[in-house]
Amino acid sequence: MAKVRTQDLLNQFNLELVAGRNGVHREIFMSDISRPGLEMAGYFKYYPKNRLQLLGKTEMSFFNELSTEEQRDRVENLCTDITPGIVITRGMDIPEVLIEAADNSGVPLMRSPHKTTRVTSRLTNYLETRFAPFTAIHGVLVDIYGIGVLITGQSGVGKSETALELVKRGHRLVADDSVEIRQEDYDSLIGNSPPLIEHLLEIRGLGIINVMTLFGAGSVRSHKKISMIINLELWDQKKQYDRLGLEEETMKIMDVEIPKAVIPVRPGRNLSVIIEVAAMNFRLKRMGVNAAEEFSERLTNMIQQEKNEDIQD
Amino acid sequence: MQERKFTITDDTGVHARPATLLVNKAGQYESEIEMHYNGKTVNLKSIMGVMSLGVPKGAEITVTADGSDEEQALQGVAEVITEHLGE
Repeated sequence: MAKVRTQDLLNQFNLELVAGRNGVHREIFMSDISRPGLEMAGYFKYYPKNRLQLLGKTEMSFFNELSTEEQRDRVENLCTDITPGIVITRGMDIPEVLIEAADNSGVPLMRSPHKTTRVTSRLTNYLETRFAPFTAIHGVLVDIYGIGVLITGQSGVGKSETALELVKRGHRLVADDSVEIRQEDYDSLIGNSPPLIEHLLEIRGLGIINVMTLFGAGSVRSHKKISMIINLELWDQKKQYDRLGLEEETMKIMDVEIPKAVIPVRPGRNLSVIIEVAAMNFRLKRMGVNAAEEFSERLTNMIQQEKNEDIQD
Repeated sequence: MQERKFTITDDTGVHARPATLLVNKAGQYESEIEMHYNGKTVNLKSIMGVMSLGVPKGAEITVTADGSDEEQALQGVAEVITEHLGE
């Protein structure tokens, strides 16, 4: 995984580097952000010095009430040799003593014009994304009616061809052949294309084609949450395929279980229509309409009725 | 599972044409063949996957093969790599 450095924060956010220019290449190891309130009061026993530090209005006003010696003591303890940075919010004035300490120890001191809560949530979001678990999967990711469908299967089974037909039918390609997946939160997977092959599709016999220039900007997406997996496999006479759709199979990617359907491939089966319908059916299920379950209930009622009539006769 | 490391010595790295040779070779075998580079893993039978890595000269890659013909597979892939890409 790429390392996250303080410089990345400066590039990403509207932050002004006030002091500690030497330390902008320090690495950030975790997404937690520390607000050193107790530390300002002099309690440094559990100071999480390797985290990004955030000083808001409360911390700063408390700091300003301290005596000069106390201030010097606090800033020296705050600026350690591994602290990746200190962010001051609300565009507040920064005490000279803190600037000095930051310059001496090489801790980047940054200022943001925004409110503390806003800065905290945006920094946390950014860092969470950067530190999210990451994997790559062989498959094709397509956005079908707003459902992110990951099509997997052996090489040569027809994933890319199916994706091409789906694009032709108005759906959107996210990634072909290699899908980079990162886990956000504990329950969602976001897929995107490796930058080098974004918008490209490889079709046997044609070679590499650019879906965006061929079909327009509406035919591609940069990333998409993965909601279901369709596994294509060559039709196996002996294998039992799902005939009812009552059970939901799942596949685990990192910590997340994703619903999965196995679709057998045979000449003459229109895969793109089947996958399109699978995506719509998935949406319907999430909206509470389950055709298989409804049918099963109807059958139960019918059998029950017949039985009752038998008893009456 | 069989595993072997290679170093890319070709000036252009794993570019489109050698990648095609590699993928075509890998496609001839039953085994699951994968290429690992820089913490990423791709299927060696997929041209886009291999090229998406953008492997430069001097890079160290690992190829793994898993399946009924893994030994021949790795041997075949190794021949293509040593002939066109590196050692």
